[in-house]
Amino acid sequence: MTIPTRTPGRRRGPSRHLHLRDELAVVADLIADGSRVLDLGCGDGELLGHLERRHGCTGTGVDRDPGAVRRAIRSGVSVIELDVDEQLGEFGDDSYDVVVLSKVLQATRRPAEVLAQMSRIAPRCIVAVPNFGLWSHRWRLLRGRMPMSRQMPYDWHDTPNIHNATLVDLEEFLAGLGFTVESRVLLDEAGRVAGYPPALANLLSGAAVYLLARTS
Amino acid sequence: MQRQIGQVRTEQVRLFDRDHPLVLAGGEQLLEVDVSYETYGTLSEQRDNAVFICHALTGDAHAAGWREGDRRPGWWDTLIGPGKPLDTDRLFVVCANLLGGCQGTTGPASTNPATGEPYGLDFPLLQMADFVTVHRALLAHLGIERLLAAVGGSLGGMQVLQWTLSHPEQLDNAVIIAASSRLSAQNIGFSAVGREAIMRDPDFHDGRYTEHGTNPAAGLSIARMLAHITYLSEEAMAAKFGRRIQDPEATGPGFGVDFAVESYLRHQGDTFLTRFDALSYLYLTRVMDWFEPFGEHDPRAVAEAGTRALVVSFDTDWRFATEHSREIVRRLESARVPVSFREIASVWGHDSFLLEIEDYHETVRAFVDRALERTHETVRTGGTAGGTR
Repeated sequence: MTIPTRTPGRRRGPSRHLHLRDELAVVADLIADGSRVLDLGCGDGELLGHLERRHGCTGTGVDRDPGAVRRAIRSGVSVIELDVDEQLGEFGDDSYDVVVLSKVLQATRRPAEVLAQMSRIAPRCIVAVPNFGLWSHRWRLLRGRMPMSRQMPYDWHDTPNIHNATLVDLEEFLAGLGFTVESRVLLDEAGRVAGYPPALANLLSGAAVYLLARTS
Repeated sequence: MQRQIGQVRTEQVRLFDRDHPLVLAGGEQLLEVDVSYETYGTLSEQRDNAVFICHALTGDAHAAGWREGDRRPGWWDTLIGPGKPLDTDRLFVVCANLLGGCQGTTGPASTNPATGEPYGLDFPLLQMADFVTVHRALLAHLGIERLLAAVGGSLGGMQVLQWTLSHPEQLDNAVIIAASSRLSAQNIGFSAVGREAIMRDPDFHDGRYTEHGTNPAAGLSIARMLAHITYLSEEAMAAKFGRRIQDPEATGPGFGVDFAVESYLRHQGDTFLTRFDALSYLYLTRVMDWFEPFGEHDPRAVAEAGTRALVVSFDTDWRFATEHSREIVRRLESARVPVSFREIASVWGHDSFLLEIEDYHETVRAFVDRALERTHETVRTGGTAGGTR
């Protein structure tokens, strides 16, 4: 499977979203101005607030953390409190242009169902995931320890991440679910955009952001 | 110490009369409509800081502060006041007793100008839209064209929803708490039993009890006791009363007030008699039964008007459970209305909307603070009201 990779040089320029956290800036970069955006796991609404204020987008956030939801509401972002695993049925077919799932997939109970719902809700999905295949993770395992890194900072017994995958695993899974990868942005361990060659992506990337389309 | 709103006064105004009768949604007319209301805070020069409070089934115009001789503050004093989520230092808050009520606004116990006698069951059946018509007339009387927000819980939230759907251009924001857009069979069942208790009371006299010098007190208090059970969660009642015995000195069980919960319910039923009218209970509960606003109004008009909504439910509320609120959210969201939704954790059931629960109050505060900020941005940039929303 060949995957179109966006390198920094080919992007429209990260300066559009300078004040966003790195990975959110990458996500924002994949969203066309004026889009209707559903952001699953929106936290305090930073991404949506930015897209609404600067890029003419409209949208809804979803989160369950009371403090984060209150901060999002305070900042003017609309947030609906619900369980991403159980309640995405609340949203209508094709009711959004794009659904964002940033650093959430690995914490869902049933990733396949979450992705199927996302694909029902919008023609395009953006999924950001940490890469379990990162060399330093492998190295820690070789030394007999569970992987930990800046992208995956939790102890094994205290992690929300219950469905970890390497980029290779994930891409196979996405293809099986009927997604086409329209674009992939690789991030280094610190979350900065990195231009790794495809052959080394699964070894060097700390995380990756995928722009997915339904395979018609 | 928390600052207080200070002394408040209930005003009364005649909003409809023979020359300008109130035409109800059902087509009938009321020749005289008086409304009692209170206001808190100061209306801004731009008249852009008004918030309307819609009260629930047995509420009244006295939402906050203290009236002369009060033994307790207004029913939503925890939410409304200086520095509170509905901050009267910055907002102008209006609360009115609703049409069909019995606390200063015209209702079935009022005198029918055509006969000189109380209306009784001759009072026309009401709809949610009629409450909103009268609220809007009060705003016109006060010289307020638009609302920064309408806020209400339970039946109050249903009025806010009706208002949002029927006149979204008048509302910048809507706060709909522990409400429903469609009562379930169980909801209607509870209301029906309450009404039956009232109407089967021999003192009801087909609604002409005032002329007979009676009051269907047994029926009304039973209706209230039944309703009260639905306002609390099982957990809350367990915490409040458990199986505590009311009077441990009494000998053995009987058919009196053995348990503390019975004493509480009886007290609630009795005190209700001093402030509520049986006919109002019939009329207002019936309005809720028939309320189905999404069958009549297209929520896309709300999206076009730019009205924003906050919908709140409580996880132990079984009177209007979270699913009722989710239905409202689903309808609004699918019409692209900017809507936020929170399910607040609280053990107190439906009653939670009246209580000071931090997560709930902070959510309302966040939403209203942002709403205020938005109007200031609009004023500063000189844009139209819809321009920055």
